[in-house]
Amino acid sequence: MSSDTVFLALQNTEDARPIVESIVADNPLATVTQYPAMVKIDAPGRLVVRRQSVESRLGRSWDLQEIHLSMISISGNIEETDDYFALERA
Amino acid sequence: MAAGKRLGIKEKYNWMTKDLTWDFSYRKPSEIYPLLEFEGIKIEDWSKWEDPFRLTMDAYWKYQGEKERKLYAVIDAFAQNNGHLGITDARYVNAVKLFMTGVSPLEYAAHRGFAMAGRAFAGVGAQVSCQMQSIDELRHAQTQIHTISHYNKYFNGLHDPFHMHDRVWYLSVPKSYFDDAVSAGPFEFVTAISFSFEYVLTNLLFMPFMSGAAYNGDMATVTFGFSAQSDESRHMTLGLEVVKFMLEQHPDNVPIVQRWIDKWFWRGYRLLSLVAAMMDYMLPKRVMSWKEGWEMYFEHNGAALFKDLSRYGIRMPKHWEVTVAEKEHLSHEVWATLYNFTHAADFHTWIPEKEELDWLSEKYPNTFDRYYRPRFEYWREQQKAGRRFYNPTLPQLCQTCQIPMLFVETSDPTLIAYRTSQYQGNKYHFCSDGCKDVFDHEPEKYVQAWLPPHQIYQGNCGGATIPDVLGYYHFNVGRDNGEYLDSEDHTNWLRWKGQVKAAA
Repeated sequence: MSSDTVFLALQNTEDARPIVESIVADNPLATVTQYPAMVKIDAPGRLVVRRQSVESRLGRSWDLQEIHLSMISISGNIEETDDYFALERA
Repeated sequence: MAAGKRLGIKEKYNWMTKDLTWDFSYRKPSEIYPLLEFEGIKIEDWSKWEDPFRLTMDAYWKYQGEKERKLYAVIDAFAQNNGHLGITDARYVNAVKLFMTGVSPLEYAAHRGFAMAGRAFAGVGAQVSCQMQSIDELRHAQTQIHTISHYNKYFNGLHDPFHMHDRVWYLSVPKSYFDDAVSAGPFEFVTAISFSFEYVLTNLLFMPFMSGAAYNGDMATVTFGFSAQSDESRHMTLGLEVVKFMLEQHPDNVPIVQRWIDKWFWRGYRLLSLVAAMMDYMLPKRVMSWKEGWEMYFEHNGAALFKDLSRYGIRMPKHWEVTVAEKEHLSHEVWATLYNFTHAADFHTWIPEKEELDWLSEKYPNTFDRYYRPRFEYWREQQKAGRRFYNPTLPQLCQTCQIPMLFVETSDPTLIAYRTSQYQGNKYHFCSDGCKDVFDHEPEKYVQAWLPPHQIYQGNCGGATIPDVLGYYHFNVGRDNGEYLDSEDHTNWLRWKGQVKAAA
Protein backbone atom coordinates (compact mmCIF):
# COMPACT_ATOMS: atom_id res chain seq x y z
CA MET A 1 0.00 0.00 0.00
CA SER A 2 1.25 3.46 -0.83
CA SER A 3 1.20 6.38 1.59
CA ASP A 4 -1.77 8.05 -0.13
CA THR A 5 -4.20 5.32 0.91
CA VAL A 6 -7.68 6.26 2.11
CA PHE A 7 -9.98 3.88 3.93
CA LEU A 8 -13.55 3.34 5.00
CA ALA A 9 -14.47 0.82 7.71
CA LEU A 10 -18.07 -0.40 7.93
CA GLN A 11 -19.90 -2.72 10.29
CA ASN A 12 -20.40 -6.21 9.00
CA THR A 13 -24.20 -5.93 8.74
CA GLU A 14 -27.05 -6.37 6.27
CA ASP A 15 -27.30 -2.57 5.97
CA ALA A 16 -23.67 -2.28 4.99
CA ARG A 17 -23.52 -5.18 2.52
CA PRO A 18 -24.95 -3.30 -0.51
CA ILE A 19 -22.64 -0.37 0.29
CA VAL A 20 -19.61 -2.66 0.26
CA GLU A 21 -20.76 -4.28 -2.98
CA SER A 22 -21.20 -0.88 -4.61
CA ILE A 23 -17.76 0.24 -3.53
CA VAL A 24 -16.19 -2.89 -4.94
CA ALA A 25 -18.00 -2.37 -8.25
CA ASP A 26 -17.18 1.35 -8.49
CA ASN A 27 -13.57 1.27 -7.22
CA PRO A 28 -11.55 -1.35 -9.09
CA LEU A 29 -8.42 -0.61 -7.04
CA ALA A 30 -10.12 -1.02 -3.65
CA THR A 31 -9.02 -3.84 -1.33
CA VAL A 32 -11.57 -5.35 1.04
CA THR A 33 -10.41 -6.96 4.31
CA GLN A 34 -12.80 -8.79 6.63
CA TYR A 35 -12.30 -8.57 10.40
CA PRO A 36 -14.58 -9.85 13.16
CA ALA A 37 -17.75 -7.69 12.91
CA MET A 38 -16.01 -5.20 10.60
CA VAL A 39 -15.04 -4.77 6.98
CA LYS A 40 -12.24 -2.36 6.05
CA ILE A 41 -11.88 -1.05 2.50
CA ASP A 42 -8.59 0.56 1.46
CA ALA A 43 -7.98 2.35 -1.81
CA PRO A 44 -5.10 4.32 -3.29
CA GLY A 45 -5.82 8.06 -3.46
CA ARG A 46 -9.60 8.03 -3.69
CA LEU A 47 -12.59 5.92 -2.74
CA VAL A 48 -16.14 6.73 -3.78
CA VAL A 49 -19.60 5.55 -2.65
CA ARG A 50 -22.24 6.25 -5.33
CA ARG A 51 -25.85 6.68 -4.31
CA GLN A 52 -27.22 5.15 -7.51
CA SER A 53 -25.02 2.05 -7.16
CA VAL A 54 -26.30 1.45 -3.65
CA GLU A 55 -29.92 2.12 -4.69
CA SER A 56 -29.71 -0.35 -7.55
CA ARG A 57 -28.65 -3.05 -5.09
CA LEU A 58 -31.13 -2.07 -2.38
CA GLY A 59 -34.10 -1.62 -4.70
CA ARG A 60 -35.17 1.57 -2.93
CA SER A 61 -34.09 5.16 -2.71
CA TRP A 62 -31.14 5.64 -0.38
CA ASP A 63 -29.95 8.82 1.26
CA LEU A 64 -26.16 9.03 1.33
CA GLN A 65 -26.28 10.12 4.94
CA GLU A 66 -27.68 6.67 5.83
CA ILE A 67 -24.04 5.62 5.60
CA HIS A 68 -23.67 7.07 9.13
CA LEU A 69 -25.58 4.06 10.45
CA SER A 70 -22.91 1.64 9.24
CA MET A 71 -19.71 3.63 9.33
CA ILE A 72 -17.00 2.77 11.87
CA SER A 73 -14.12 4.89 10.72
CA ILE A 74 -12.59 6.80 7.82
CA SER A 75 -9.30 8.19 6.66
CA GLY A 76 -8.99 10.92 4.05
CA ASN A 77 -10.64 14.22 3.18
CA ILE A 78 -14.38 14.02 2.64
CA GLU A 79 -16.22 15.26 -0.41
CA GLU A 80 -19.96 14.78 -0.20
CA THR A 81 -22.71 15.71 -2.66
CA ASP A 82 -26.25 14.44 -3.16
CA ASP A 83 -24.96 11.73 -5.48
CA TYR A 84 -21.70 10.50 -4.05
CA PHE A 85 -19.54 10.39 -0.96
CA ALA A 86 -15.77 10.37 -1.59
CA LEU A 87 -12.65 10.08 0.52
CA GLU A 88 -9.50 11.43 -1.03
CA ARG A 89 -5.98 12.62 -0.36
CA ALA A 90 -5.20 16.24 -1.07
CA MET B 1 -36.72 27.65 -3.10
CA ALA B 2 -39.57 26.13 -5.17
CA ALA B 3 -42.46 24.71 -3.11
CA GLY B 4 -42.42 20.92 -2.75
CA LYS B 5 -38.88 20.54 -4.02
CA ARG B 6 -36.63 18.42 -1.81
CA LEU B 7 -33.63 20.36 -0.53
CA GLY B 8 -30.20 19.27 -1.73
CA ILE B 9 -27.54 18.56 0.85
CA LYS B 10 -25.79 21.92 0.42
CA GLU B 11 -29.01 23.91 0.46
CA LYS B 12 -30.19 22.06 3.52
CA TYR B 13 -26.92 22.77 5.31
CA ASN B 14 -27.23 26.46 4.44
CA TRP B 15 -30.81 26.73 5.68
CA MET B 16 -30.61 24.47 8.70
CA THR B 17 -27.11 25.18 10.02
CA LYS B 18 -25.50 28.31 8.57
CA ASP B 19 -28.73 30.29 8.68
CA LEU B 20 -29.19 29.62 12.42
CA THR B 21 -26.80 32.38 13.41
CA TRP B 22 -27.49 36.08 13.96
CA ASP B 23 -25.54 39.31 14.43
CA PHE B 24 -25.24 40.97 17.81
CA SER B 25 -26.41 44.56 18.14
CA TYR B 26 -25.82 45.72 21.72
CA ARG B 27 -22.88 43.61 22.96
CA LYS B 28 -19.35 43.41 21.65
CA PRO B 29 -18.30 40.01 20.23
CA SER B 30 -15.50 39.82 22.82
CA GLU B 31 -18.11 40.00 25.60
CA ILE B 32 -20.09 37.14 24.07
CA TYR B 33 -17.08 34.99 23.17
CA PRO B 34 -14.52 35.79 25.88
CA LEU B 35 -12.34 32.69 25.34
CA LEU B 36 -11.58 33.20 21.67
CA GLU B 37 -8.32 35.11 21.74
CA PHE B 38 -6.17 34.15 24.71
CA GLU B 39 -4.68 31.07 23.04
CA GLY B 40 -3.27 33.23 20.25
CA ILE B 41 -5.35 31.69 17.46
CA LYS B 42 -6.44 34.24 14.84
CA ILE B 43 -9.71 33.70 12.97
CA GLU B 44 -10.51 36.14 10.15
CA ASP B 45 -13.76 34.68 8.83
CA TRP B 46 -15.88 32.10 10.64
CA SER B 47 -18.16 31.72 7.60
CA LYS B 48 -15.35 29.81 5.88
CA TRP B 49 -16.05 26.92 8.26
CA GLU B 50 -17.57 24.02 6.34
CA ASP B 51 -18.69 20.73 7.85
CA PRO B 52 -17.80 18.13 5.21
CA PHE B 53 -20.65 15.82 6.28
CA ARG B 54 -23.13 18.71 6.29
CA LEU B 55 -25.22 16.86 8.82
CA THR B 56 -28.16 19.00 9.96
CA MET B 57 -29.93 18.66 13.31
CA ASP B 58 -33.04 16.97 11.87
CA ALA B 59 -30.96 14.28 10.16
CA TYR B 60 -28.80 13.98 13.26
CA TRP B 61 -31.74 13.09 15.51
CA LYS B 62 -33.16 10.70 12.91
CA TYR B 63 -29.95 8.70 12.51
CA GLN B 64 -28.99 8.79 16.18
CA GLY B 65 -32.46 7.49 17.09
CA GLU B 66 -32.00 4.63 14.62
CA LYS B 67 -28.57 3.80 16.09
CA GLU B 68 -30.04 3.69 19.59
CA ARG B 69 -32.86 1.34 18.55
CA LYS B 70 -30.38 -1.06 16.99
CA LEU B 71 -28.05 -0.91 19.99
CA TYR B 72 -30.73 -1.49 22.62
CA ALA B 73 -32.16 -4.44 20.65
CA VAL B 74 -28.73 -6.08 20.90
CA ILE B 75 -28.31 -5.20 24.58
CA ASP B 76 -31.71 -6.75 25.40
CA ALA B 77 -30.97 -9.88 23.37
CA PHE B 78 -27.58 -10.21 25.04
CA ALA B 79 -29.11 -10.04 28.53
CA GLN B 80 -32.03 -12.31 27.69
CA ASN B 81 -29.73 -14.98 26.28
CA ASN B 82 -27.20 -14.91 29.16
CA GLY B 83 -24.68 -13.47 26.74
CA HIS B 84 -21.98 -13.32 29.41
CA LEU B 85 -21.77 -17.14 29.22
CA GLY B 86 -20.93 -16.95 25.52
CA ILE B 87 -17.68 -15.02 25.88
CA THR B 88 -14.45 -16.92 25.26
CA ASP B 89 -13.15 -16.71 28.83
CA ALA B 90 -13.86 -14.75 32.02
CA ARG B 91 -10.39 -13.20 31.79
CA TYR B 92 -11.80 -11.13 28.92
CA VAL B 93 -14.18 -9.28 31.30
CA ASN B 94 -11.16 -7.59 32.89
CA ALA B 95 -10.71 -5.61 29.68
CA VAL B 96 -14.33 -4.49 30.05
CA LYS B 97 -13.62 -3.44 33.66
CA LEU B 98 -10.66 -1.34 32.56
CA PHE B 99 -12.80 0.19 29.80
CA MET B 100 -15.68 1.01 32.17
CA THR B 101 -13.50 2.64 34.83
CA GLY B 102 -10.94 4.21 32.49
CA VAL B 103 -12.76 5.18 29.29
CA SER B 104 -16.50 5.61 29.97
CA PRO B 105 -15.95 8.49 32.44
CA LEU B 106 -13.92 10.18 29.69
CA GLU B 107 -16.96 10.03 27.43
CA TYR B 108 -18.87 11.98 30.06
CA ALA B 109 -15.97 14.43 30.42
CA ALA B 110 -16.00 14.86 26.62
CA HIS B 111 -19.73 15.64 26.76
CA ARG B 112 -18.93 18.54 29.09
CA GLY B 113 -15.86 19.59 27.13
CA PHE B 114 -17.68 19.89 23.80
CA ALA B 115 -20.56 21.78 25.40
CA MET B 116 -17.90 24.25 26.58
CA ALA B 117 -16.16 24.40 23.19
CA GLY B 118 -19.46 24.85 21.31
CA ARG B 119 -20.32 27.81 23.52
CA ALA B 120 -16.88 29.33 23.09
CA PHE B 121 -16.61 29.29 19.27
CA ALA B 122 -18.02 32.23 17.34
CA GLY B 123 -19.05 30.37 14.15
CA VAL B 124 -22.36 28.55 13.80
CA GLY B 125 -20.89 25.60 11.87
CA ALA B 126 -18.40 24.91 14.66
CA GLN B 127 -21.08 25.49 17.32
CA VAL B 128 -23.44 22.94 15.78
CA SER B 129 -20.68 20.34 15.25
CA CYS B 130 -19.61 20.70 18.88
CA GLN B 131 -23.21 20.51 20.08
CA MET B 132 -23.74 17.24 18.19
CA GLN B 133 -20.52 15.84 19.57
CA SER B 134 -21.45 16.86 23.10
CA ILE B 135 -24.72 14.94 22.78
CA ASP B 136 -22.89 11.98 21.18
CA GLU B 137 -20.49 11.74 24.09
CA LEU B 138 -23.30 11.75 26.63
CA ARG B 139 -24.93 8.94 24.62
CA HIS B 140 -21.65 6.99 24.68
CA ALA B 141 -21.34 7.26 28.46
CA GLN B 142 -24.97 6.18 28.90
CA THR B 143 -24.89 3.27 26.47
CA GLN B 144 -21.64 1.98 27.93
CA ILE B 145 -23.07 2.05 31.44
CA HIS B 146 -26.25 0.28 30.26
CA THR B 147 -24.34 -2.36 28.29
CA ILE B 148 -21.79 -3.12 30.96
CA SER B 149 -24.37 -3.20 33.77
CA HIS B 150 -25.23 -6.71 32.59
CA TYR B 151 -21.69 -7.84 33.46
CA ASN B 152 -21.98 -6.15 36.85
CA LYS B 153 -24.56 -8.80 37.83
CA TYR B 154 -22.07 -11.63 37.33
CA PHE B 155 -18.52 -10.31 37.70
CA ASN B 156 -16.69 -8.32 40.37
CA GLY B 157 -15.16 -4.86 40.01
CA LEU B 158 -17.89 -3.09 38.02
CA HIS B 159 -19.89 -1.60 40.87
CA ASP B 160 -18.59 1.98 41.18
CA PRO B 161 -16.63 3.11 38.11
CA PHE B 162 -17.10 6.89 38.41
CA HIS B 163 -16.05 6.96 42.07
CA MET B 164 -12.95 4.96 41.16
CA HIS B 165 -12.12 7.08 38.12
CA ASP B 166 -11.64 10.14 40.34
CA ARG B 167 -9.38 8.37 42.86
CA VAL B 168 -7.64 5.15 41.77
CA TRP B 169 -3.92 5.38 41.00
CA TYR B 170 -3.82 3.97 37.45
CA LEU B 171 -7.07 5.75 36.53
CA SER B 172 -5.35 9.07 37.12
CA VAL B 173 -3.70 8.36 33.74
CA PRO B 174 -6.90 8.78 31.67
CA LYS B 175 -8.43 11.29 34.12
CA SER B 176 -5.46 13.65 34.11
CA TYR B 177 -5.23 13.41 30.33
CA PHE B 178 -8.76 14.68 29.92
CA ASP B 179 -8.53 17.23 32.73
CA ASP B 180 -5.47 18.61 30.97
CA ALA B 181 -7.42 19.00 27.72
CA VAL B 182 -10.58 20.46 29.24
CA SER B 183 -8.63 23.02 31.27
CA ALA B 184 -6.98 24.35 28.09
CA GLY B 185 -8.69 26.84 25.77
CA PRO B 186 -11.39 25.79 23.27
CA PHE B 187 -9.07 25.56 20.25
CA GLU B 188 -6.51 23.47 22.09
CA PHE B 189 -9.26 21.27 23.53
CA VAL B 190 -10.66 20.47 20.10
CA THR B 191 -7.17 19.92 18.65
CA ALA B 192 -6.38 17.60 21.57
CA ILE B 193 -9.54 15.52 21.57
CA SER B 194 -11.02 15.70 18.06
CA PHE B 195 -7.82 15.74 16.09
CA SER B 196 -4.94 14.19 18.02
CA PHE B 197 -6.98 11.67 19.97
CA GLU B 198 -9.97 10.86 17.77
CA TYR B 199 -8.53 11.32 14.30
CA VAL B 200 -4.98 10.13 14.80
CA LEU B 201 -5.29 7.62 17.65
CA THR B 202 -8.76 6.23 18.50
CA ASN B 203 -8.86 3.85 15.56
CA LEU B 204 -6.56 1.81 17.77
CA LEU B 205 -9.00 1.84 20.65
CA PHE B 206 -12.18 1.10 18.75
CA MET B 207 -11.20 -0.93 15.72
CA PRO B 208 -8.91 -3.77 16.90
CA PHE B 209 -10.34 -3.72 20.41
CA MET B 210 -14.02 -3.78 19.41
CA SER B 211 -13.34 -6.23 16.63
CA GLY B 212 -11.60 -8.20 19.40
CA ALA B 213 -14.74 -7.98 21.54
CA ALA B 214 -16.69 -9.55 18.67
CA TYR B 215 -14.06 -12.25 18.29
CA ASN B 216 -14.39 -13.02 22.00
CA GLY B 217 -18.17 -13.38 21.90
CA ASP B 218 -18.98 -10.03 23.50
CA MET B 219 -21.70 -8.79 21.17
CA ALA B 220 -22.87 -6.22 23.71
CA THR B 221 -19.54 -4.42 23.83
CA VAL B 222 -18.87 -4.63 20.12
CA THR B 223 -22.27 -3.11 19.44
CA PHE B 224 -21.84 -0.11 21.75
CA GLY B 225 -18.27 0.19 20.53
CA PHE B 226 -19.17 0.36 16.86
CA SER B 227 -22.26 2.45 17.57
CA ALA B 228 -19.98 4.94 19.33
CA GLN B 229 -17.40 4.67 16.58
CA SER B 230 -20.01 5.53 13.93
CA ASP B 231 -20.25 8.93 15.69
CA GLU B 232 -16.48 8.96 15.85
CA SER B 233 -16.21 9.29 12.06
CA ARG B 234 -18.02 12.59 12.42
CA HIS B 235 -15.79 13.59 15.35
CA MET B 236 -12.66 12.79 13.38
CA THR B 237 -13.98 14.94 10.57
CA LEU B 238 -14.53 17.78 13.05
CA GLY B 239 -10.96 17.32 14.28
CA LEU B 240 -9.48 17.50 10.80
CA GLU B 241 -11.76 20.40 9.87
CA VAL B 242 -10.84 22.50 12.91
CA VAL B 243 -7.13 21.96 12.31
CA LYS B 244 -7.37 22.83 8.60
CA PHE B 245 -9.58 25.83 9.44
CA MET B 246 -7.03 27.26 11.91
CA LEU B 247 -4.18 26.65 9.46
CA GLU B 248 -6.05 28.34 6.59
CA GLN B 249 -7.22 31.33 8.63
CA HIS B 250 -3.84 32.81 9.57
CA PRO B 251 -0.15 31.85 9.17
CA ASP B 252 0.50 32.80 12.82
CA ASN B 253 -1.67 29.83 13.81
CA VAL B 254 0.67 27.26 12.26
CA PRO B 255 3.35 27.06 15.01
CA ILE B 256 0.69 27.05 17.74
CA VAL B 257 -1.20 24.20 16.10
CA GLN B 258 2.03 22.26 15.49
CA ARG B 259 2.93 22.51 19.18
CA TRP B 260 -0.54 21.28 20.18
CA ILE B 261 -0.25 18.38 17.75
CA ASP B 262 3.16 17.47 19.19
CA LYS B 263 1.87 17.67 22.75
CA TRP B 264 -1.42 15.84 22.28
CA PHE B 265 -0.07 13.16 20.03
CA TRP B 266 2.42 12.26 22.73
CA ARG B 267 -0.12 12.54 25.58
CA GLY B 268 -2.57 10.36 23.61
CA TYR B 269 0.07 7.81 22.69
CA ARG B 270 1.05 7.37 26.35
CA LEU B 271 -2.63 6.96 27.28
CA LEU B 272 -2.97 4.25 24.65
CA SER B 273 -0.28 2.16 26.33
CA LEU B 274 -3.16 0.76 28.44
CA VAL B 275 -4.85 -0.23 25.17
CA ALA B 276 -1.65 -1.96 24.06
CA ALA B 277 -1.83 -4.18 27.14
CA MET B 278 -5.54 -4.83 26.57
CA MET B 279 -4.94 -5.89 22.96
CA ASP B 280 -1.99 -8.20 23.59
CA TYR B 281 -2.85 -9.62 27.02
CA MET B 282 -6.53 -9.24 27.91
CA LEU B 283 -8.23 -10.63 24.79
CA PRO B 284 -8.22 -14.45 24.94
CA LYS B 285 -8.67 -14.49 21.15
CA ARG B 286 -6.63 -11.79 19.44
CA VAL B 287 -7.33 -9.96 16.18
CA MET B 288 -3.95 -8.29 15.78
CA SER B 289 -1.02 -7.36 17.97
CA TRP B 290 -0.41 -3.83 19.26
CA LYS B 291 2.59 -3.67 16.93
CA GLU B 292 0.48 -4.58 13.89
CA GLY B 293 -2.22 -2.12 14.93
CA TRP B 294 0.32 0.69 15.36
CA GLU B 295 1.81 -0.05 11.96
CA MET B 296 -1.59 -0.10 10.26
CA TYR B 297 -3.24 2.86 11.94
CA PHE B 298 -0.37 5.15 12.80
CA GLU B 299 2.70 4.43 10.72
CA HIS B 300 0.79 3.85 7.52
CA ASN B 301 -2.37 5.85 7.93
CA GLY B 302 -0.93 8.63 10.11
CA ALA B 303 1.87 9.16 7.60
CA ALA B 304 -0.71 9.70 4.84
CA LEU B 305 -2.56 12.21 7.00
CA PHE B 306 0.54 14.23 7.84
CA LYS B 307 1.61 14.16 4.20
CA ASP B 308 -1.73 15.84 3.44
CA LEU B 309 -1.12 18.47 6.11
CA SER B 310 2.43 19.21 4.97
CA ARG B 311 1.10 21.76 2.45
CA TYR B 312 0.09 23.91 5.45
CA GLY B 313 3.60 23.59 6.94
CA ILE B 314 2.63 20.89 9.44
CA ARG B 315 5.09 18.01 10.01
CA MET B 316 4.79 14.63 11.73
CA PRO B 317 4.33 14.97 15.51
CA LYS B 318 7.56 15.30 17.47
CA HIS B 319 8.90 12.02 18.92
CA TRP B 320 6.82 9.85 16.57
CA GLU B 321 9.99 7.83 15.90
CA VAL B 322 10.05 6.86 19.58
CA THR B 323 6.58 5.33 19.27
CA VAL B 324 7.85 3.14 16.44
CA ALA B 325 10.95 2.12 18.42
CA GLU B 326 8.76 1.29 21.44
CA LYS B 327 6.15 -0.79 19.62
CA GLU B 328 7.85 -4.10 20.40
CA HIS B 329 8.14 -3.28 24.11
CA LEU B 330 5.10 -1.28 25.12
CA SER B 331 2.40 -3.87 25.87
CA HIS B 332 4.81 -6.21 27.71
CA GLU B 333 6.13 -3.46 29.98
CA VAL B 334 2.65 -2.27 30.83
CA TRP B 335 1.31 -5.76 31.48
CA ALA B 336 4.28 -6.59 33.73
CA THR B 337 3.56 -3.45 35.76
CA LEU B 338 -0.15 -4.19 36.05
CA TYR B 339 0.78 -7.74 37.13
CA ASN B 340 3.05 -6.31 39.85
CA PHE B 341 0.40 -4.00 41.28
CA THR B 342 -2.79 -5.96 40.70
CA HIS B 343 -3.38 -6.34 44.45
CA ALA B 344 -4.17 -2.62 44.30
CA ALA B 345 -6.23 -2.75 41.07
CA ASP B 346 -9.92 -3.16 40.32
CA PHE B 347 -9.31 -6.01 37.87
CA HIS B 348 -7.36 -9.25 37.74
CA THR B 349 -4.12 -10.05 35.95
CA TRP B 350 -2.46 -13.33 35.06
CA ILE B 351 0.47 -14.85 33.22
CA PRO B 352 -0.61 -15.83 29.69
CA GLU B 353 -0.99 -19.56 28.96
CA LYS B 354 1.75 -21.31 27.00
CA GLU B 355 0.03 -20.94 23.58
CA GLU B 356 -0.52 -17.26 24.33
CA LEU B 357 3.16 -16.80 25.18
CA ASP B 358 3.95 -18.55 21.91
CA TRP B 359 1.71 -16.08 20.06
CA LEU B 360 3.55 -13.17 21.68
CA SER B 361 6.91 -14.73 20.76
CA GLU B 362 5.74 -15.00 17.17
CA LYS B 363 4.36 -11.44 17.01
CA TYR B 364 7.37 -9.88 18.77
CA PRO B 365 10.33 -11.89 17.47
CA ASN B 366 12.93 -9.23 18.33
CA THR B 367 12.00 -8.64 21.94
CA PHE B 368 9.62 -11.07 23.61
CA ASP B 369 11.83 -14.13 24.12
CA ARG B 370 14.82 -12.01 24.95
CA TYR B 371 13.39 -9.54 27.47
CA TYR B 372 9.90 -10.50 28.60
CA ARG B 373 9.06 -14.20 28.30
CA PRO B 374 11.67 -15.36 30.86
CA ARG B 375 10.30 -12.87 33.39
CA PHE B 376 6.71 -14.04 32.88
CA GLU B 377 7.74 -17.72 33.11
CA TYR B 378 9.61 -17.02 36.32
CA TRP B 379 6.57 -15.31 37.82
CA ARG B 380 4.42 -18.28 36.76
CA GLU B 381 6.79 -20.67 38.59
CA GLN B 382 6.70 -18.46 41.68
CA GLN B 383 2.92 -18.40 41.60
CA LYS B 384 2.72 -22.19 41.24
CA ALA B 385 5.00 -22.48 44.26
CA GLY B 386 2.56 -20.34 46.26
CA ARG B 387 4.59 -17.13 45.98
CA ARG B 388 2.54 -15.03 43.56
CA PHE B 389 4.54 -11.82 43.19
CA TYR B 390 3.02 -8.50 44.23
CA ASN B 391 5.08 -5.35 44.45
CA PRO B 392 4.57 -3.91 47.96
CA THR B 393 5.84 -0.36 47.30
CA LEU B 394 4.16 2.52 45.51
CA PRO B 395 5.52 3.34 42.05
CA GLN B 396 7.17 6.61 41.06
CA LEU B 397 5.01 8.31 38.44
CA CYS B 398 5.81 10.50 35.47
CA GLN B 399 4.77 14.07 36.34
CA THR B 400 3.06 14.51 32.95
CA CYS B 401 1.36 11.25 31.90
CA GLN B 402 1.12 9.87 35.48
CA ILE B 403 2.12 6.39 34.30
CA PRO B 404 4.61 4.58 36.58
CA MET B 405 8.20 4.85 35.35
CA LEU B 406 8.10 1.64 33.37
CA PHE B 407 9.20 2.58 29.86
CA VAL B 408 12.67 1.50 28.79
CA GLU B 409 15.37 3.26 26.80
CA THR B 410 14.83 2.12 23.22
CA SER B 411 18.63 2.08 22.80
CA ASP B 412 18.97 -0.30 25.77
CA PRO B 413 15.80 -2.13 26.80
CA THR B 414 17.36 -3.25 30.07
CA LEU B 415 17.37 0.37 31.34
CA ILE B 416 14.31 2.25 32.56
CA ALA B 417 14.11 5.72 30.98
CA TYR B 418 14.35 8.61 33.46
CA ARG B 419 14.20 12.31 32.63
CA THR B 420 14.10 15.26 35.04
CA SER B 421 13.47 19.00 35.06
CA GLN B 422 14.06 21.66 37.71
CA TYR B 423 11.34 24.20 38.34
CA GLN B 424 11.33 26.78 41.16
CA GLY B 425 13.75 24.74 43.24
CA ASN B 426 11.96 21.41 42.87
CA LYS B 427 12.89 18.39 40.79
CA TYR B 428 10.27 16.73 38.56
CA HIS B 429 10.49 13.27 36.98
CA PHE B 430 9.43 12.05 33.54
CA CYS B 431 9.17 8.77 31.64
CA SER B 432 10.33 10.18 28.32
CA ASP B 433 11.57 13.17 26.35
CA GLY B 434 7.98 13.61 25.09
CA CYS B 435 6.54 14.04 28.60
CA LYS B 436 9.47 16.24 29.67
CA ASP B 437 8.85 18.53 26.66
CA VAL B 438 5.18 18.91 27.59
CA PHE B 439 6.11 19.86 31.17
CA ASP B 440 8.91 22.23 30.19
CA HIS B 441 6.57 24.29 28.01
CA GLU B 442 3.87 24.71 30.72
CA PRO B 443 5.48 23.88 34.07
CA GLU B 444 3.03 26.04 36.03
CA LYS B 445 0.23 23.71 34.85
CA TYR B 446 1.90 20.35 35.48
CA VAL B 447 3.40 21.11 38.90
CA GLN B 448 -0.23 20.99 40.07
CA ALA B 449 -0.66 17.34 39.02
CA TRP B 450 -2.53 15.19 41.56
CA LEU B 451 -0.14 12.22 41.69
CA PRO B 452 -1.74 9.30 43.57
CA PRO B 453 1.40 7.97 45.35
CA HIS B 454 2.18 11.49 46.64
CA GLN B 455 -1.41 11.92 47.78
CA ILE B 456 -1.37 8.52 49.51
CA TYR B 457 1.85 9.35 51.36
CA GLN B 458 0.40 12.72 52.37
CA GLY B 459 -2.55 10.91 53.95
CA ASN B 460 -5.19 12.20 51.52
CA CYS B 461 -6.45 8.79 50.34
CA GLY B 462 -8.16 7.09 53.25
CA GLY B 463 -5.18 6.21 55.44
CA ALA B 464 -1.63 4.97 55.73
CA THR B 465 -2.02 1.30 54.77
CA ILE B 466 -2.93 -0.36 51.48
CA PRO B 467 -6.25 -1.72 52.86
CA ASP B 468 -7.20 1.83 53.97
CA VAL B 469 -6.50 3.15 50.47
CA LEU B 470 -8.39 0.32 48.76
CA GLY B 471 -11.35 1.06 51.03
CA TYR B 472 -11.20 4.71 49.96
CA TYR B 473 -11.30 3.44 46.36
CA HIS B 474 -14.48 1.40 47.17
CA PHE B 475 -12.77 -1.87 46.23
CA ASN B 476 -14.09 -5.11 47.67
CA VAL B 477 -10.70 -6.39 48.73
CA GLY B 478 -10.17 -10.06 47.93
CA ARG B 479 -12.90 -10.06 45.28
CA ASP B 480 -12.10 -7.22 42.86
CA ASN B 481 -8.30 -7.32 43.01
CA GLY B 482 -5.42 -9.79 42.72
CA GLU B 483 -4.46 -12.82 40.65
CA TYR B 484 -7.12 -14.09 38.24
CA LEU B 485 -6.54 -17.76 39.06
CA ASP B 486 -7.28 -17.05 42.74
CA SER B 487 -10.37 -14.95 42.01
CA GLU B 488 -14.06 -15.46 42.62
CA ASP B 489 -14.62 -14.56 38.94
CA HIS B 490 -12.48 -17.56 37.96
CA THR B 491 -14.22 -19.93 40.39
CA ASN B 492 -17.66 -18.78 39.22
CA TRP B 493 -16.72 -19.08 35.58
CA LEU B 494 -15.56 -22.70 36.01
CA ARG B 495 -18.75 -23.52 37.91
CA TRP B 496 -20.98 -21.97 35.21
CA LYS B 497 -19.12 -23.82 32.48
CA GLY B 498 -19.27 -27.12 34.41
CA GLN B 499 -15.50 -27.30 34.84
CA VAL B 500 -13.45 -28.05 37.92
CA LYS B 501 -10.74 -25.73 39.20
CA ALA B 502 -7.31 -27.21 38.59
CA ALA B 503 -5.17 -27.86 41.66
CA ALA B 504 -2.81 -24.93 42.24
